[in-house]
Amino acid sequence: MDGAKLVRMANQIAAFFAAEPDRAVALQGIAGHLKKFWEPRMRREIFAVLDAGAAKGMSEHVREALVAHRKLLEPAAK
Amino acid sequence: MDSNQVLDAGTPARTSAAKVTVHIDGVPVTVPAGTSVLRAASDAGVKIPKLCATDSLEAFGSCRLCVVEVEGRKGFPASCTTNCEPGMKVRTQSRKLADLRRGVMELYISDHPLDCLTCPANGNCELQDMAGVVGLREVRYGYDGDNHLSIAKDESNPYFTFDATKCIVCSRCVRACEEVQGTFALTVEGRGFESKIAAGPTDFLDSECVSCGACVQACPTSTLMEKSIVEAGQPDHTVDTTCAYCGVGCAFRAEMKGNEVVRMVPHKDGKANHGHSCVKGRFAWGYATHPDRVKKPMIRSKITDPWREVSWQEAIGHAASEIRRIQAKYGRDSVGGITSSRCTNEETYLVQKLVRAAFGNNNVDTCARVCHSPTGYGLKTTLGESAGTQDFDSVDHSDCIIVIGANPTDAHPVFASRMKRRLRQGAHLIVIDPRRIDLVRTPHVAADFHLALQPGTNVAVLNAISHVIVTEGLAKEDYVRARCEVDQYEKWKAFISLPKNSPEALQQATGVPAEQIRGAARLFANAGNGAIYYGLGVTEHSQGSTTVIGIANLAMLTGNLGRKGVGVNPLRGQNNVQGSCDMGSFPHELPGYRHVGDASVRELFAGLWGVPIQDEPGLRIPNMFDAAIDGSFKALYVQGEDIAQSDPDTRHVLKALESLECLIVHDIFMNETAKYAHVILPGASFLEKDGTFTNAERRISRVRKAMPPLAGLADWEATMALAQALGYPMHYEHPSEIMAEIAALTPTFQGVTYEKIDRLGSIQWPCNDAAPDGTPTMHEQEFVRGKGRFVITDYVATEERTSRKFPLILTTGRILSQYNVGAQTRRTPNKTWHAEDVLEIHPHDAEQRGIADGELVSVESRKGETTLRAVVTERMQPGVVYTTFHHPESGANVVTTDNSDWATNCPEYKVTAVQVTAKAKRSSWQQGFDSFAGQQESLLPKGALFGDVR
Repeated sequence: MDGAKLVRMANQIAAFFAAEPDRAVALQGIAGHLKKFWEPRMRREIFAVLDAGAAKGMSEHVREALVAHRKLLEPAAK
Repeated sequence: MDSNQVLDAGTPARTSAAKVTVHIDGVPVTVPAGTSVLRAASDAGVKIPKLCATDSLEAFGSCRLCVVEVEGRKGFPASCTTNCEPGMKVRTQSRKLADLRRGVMELYISDHPLDCLTCPANGNCELQDMAGVVGLREVRYGYDGDNHLSIAKDESNPYFTFDATKCIVCSRCVRACEEVQGTFALTVEGRGFESKIAAGPTDFLDSECVSCGACVQACPTSTLMEKSIVEAGQPDHTVDTTCAYCGVGCAFRAEMKGNEVVRMVPHKDGKANHGHSCVKGRFAWGYATHPDRVKKPMIRSKITDPWREVSWQEAIGHAASEIRRIQAKYGRDSVGGITSSRCTNEETYLVQKLVRAAFGNNNVDTCARVCHSPTGYGLKTTLGESAGTQDFDSVDHSDCIIVIGANPTDAHPVFASRMKRRLRQGAHLIVIDPRRIDLVRTPHVAADFHLALQPGTNVAVLNAISHVIVTEGLAKEDYVRARCEVDQYEKWKAFISLPKNSPEALQQATGVPAEQIRGAARLFANAGNGAIYYGLGVTEHSQGSTTVIGIANLAMLTGNLGRKGVGVNPLRGQNNVQGSCDMGSFPHELPGYRHVGDASVRELFAGLWGVPIQDEPGLRIPNMFDAAIDGSFKALYVQGEDIAQSDPDTRHVLKALESLECLIVHDIFMNETAKYAHVILPGASFLEKDGTFTNAERRISRVRKAMPPLAGLADWEATMALAQALGYPMHYEHPSEIMAEIAALTPTFQGVTYEKIDRLGSIQWPCNDAAPDGTPTMHEQEFVRGKGRFVITDYVATEERTSRKFPLILTTGRILSQYNVGAQTRRTPNKTWHAEDVLEIHPHDAEQRGIADGELVSVESRKGETTLRAVVTERMQPGVVYTTFHHPESGANVVTTDNSDWATNCPEYKVTAVQVTAKAKRSSWQQGFDSFAGQQESLLPKGALFGDVR
């Protein structure tokens, strides 16, 4: 999957939830959305981008949501 | 003209609670107050002759054939215009009445061609019937006087003729055009003997007529007559079914001669359409037997190979072995399927079951991905159910209507007629659309406000409207506090009250003057019943889901949910978009919108299906494309969709399709996607199978088989065969058994059976123990999720920006005569009205670029370039251009981008930055398209298509 495209999509998701005044709720919203709608290989890829330090352009909200909710989001190993 | 078999009560039914009892020829009959004597007589089983009266139109009282005698009154009143009064005693037959009626008929027939035996209406002509009923035996005036018998027939319309020599000027056609359709295209010109029906200065085709067929339906003679009947004669039997075009889901009677359709007539008892139709459903059904229909299954190894015609068994076997081979090589999740919103509920249910149970993953999606997926997300989040809240009849009770991002007169014409009738009665209208759509000003209808916003700013406009309502104290606080989550409301209220959401702060972004927003907000908030109708101009944006949420917020804020006349009403594009979503076509949801992550739901399905269900969401269509290009997705089964034409960023889509090792296309035509396929399974049209469709008002209606499947198998049978070949046998003898399984697994369908649909005519889900006959209005006592949830909707501008290089915004849409990718309508005479896609451009933008009307222009975006013919029109606002995607060679989606709704990946079709330049040659993409199309056609074996004479 195209990592840059996934980062862009995640940023758009974050832009919606970022309006939530409580940051923890916003991060939970982002993570919940990724868990509910992103197929595992998409989540796997965005973590690969994050872990490779290649998350240039990834919003702070997305980065924080991925880190805070990694256990929820990371798919089981194939 | 209506069939003799259908009872015509003469005047419309009344619904008053007050009752009146009268005696008709001594028979007592009790009717609602306001009922005509003519209709009361019909209720009592007494037939009164009539010509100008019909129960779809208000009484007119011109023909004088329905005269009666009323005890205690002088004269002979027309029973159609005389209302019943308590104790009235009516006599319908007497010597005097007979003389009067015979005299009327004598006058009509003295100026009528006596060609009954060769007339196409023979056997179905009210004039002929009435001549018989009144006992006409002679015409004392002779036939040599002045007459109209030499007037030339108007055959300009592709579907019907207008033969003025047979016209009795009853004005039923004129009134149908006004009252039923609301177009006002017809008029009676002249007076007395000179009176004639006129459709404009020249002919029907050149007039304002929209070919809805209402006039033809209303005509009591063969003056207005379907050309199909002229050619084939009267039908020998009928089959009740449901239209396969838009989400209105009109009920139709297919009039048949053997296995051939000769006419489609809108069903008077249809609860979605009440006897009305549009040019597509009424006339554009010829595609079903078009010579381009695929006749035989075919397979090939590579897309450059010639197709090989094979048996169903071999094609299915090959498809199954390819799927298993690919899964063995690339993994279980390397394959998937796409269900069709043009197929039945039962068929979409089977395809998603095939993917989840036989493929063993959740990689199933549907074309709703590219249209109404944000509706599902937005309404589920706020109200708890992914569906519209009302029935269509609800609009009759609306006081103020917002139409946002929808063009009902083109895309949902039958409902639009209904809405226009309510608007003519005085309901207010607010149109929120970048274009000046017809509803903004149409005969006897004018919008109170047209908020001509910049494309991509729906959320800003809705926020501004809600801001005004909240800050000016116009919110229905009592309703909100009783029905909604109060904490969440308070949070939202604080957000929406921020100065940044005021109309003044947002007007630069939206392009809408603040005072207009304030006026519209006040009008909507203070209306008794406020209803919101929306379409793809809401959903197909980067903030599509946010806009749907904003609409739900506004409806809750103004107390406009849970009763007639109000509500949130998504106008669905294709006939079964609602149904395909209901049936679990989304990769994250099982039927009934239940997430695959819910173990109890998975257990339910696994128990009945006998296989485990995966607990992670599958790939959505755009994700499938990305995964195909990435190399992790290798096979796709597509039923009844043309993703190569309909999905955005065509080059990206085609690259994905070329990356697949096995593409199985199951369709009635060799569509654009089929050119990249390895297996072709011939599809069956809606006339060739049983099943159900669910329309935009959640109405489940029967589709009934009128003719055998042209290629031998209905789509559900082919899917079943594929499942069997994959080692997952399915056992259904009839689609009713599939529906029984759906009902067993889906709480909102629990009470649905074919027997009940047949008995009730149609059913709106939820249909279960709590609502055994269905649910016309949702959320009456409480929302499906319990308390309604206000959600913050911050306006985020799209990433697609105009620039010096791409200074205009392209927005795409649909027109009346064509449907979606045009696969059906392009293969009918509807192409008379729209032979090619065009680019609408404002005169200012055209002049700046030296573009003349009708000239071929280049449209270029960051993604690609195509050429279209320009139509210079003030419908557009400066800076915005518009086109449709009904013709594949137009390449509208070569230009659109892969930007999408943040929540659902629904493409942002409505906002693409482009440049338009004059004097273009056909683009390189179009030249490549022509060449590839020719190559693919040459790979088809002779005899592969239904009408193949090569």
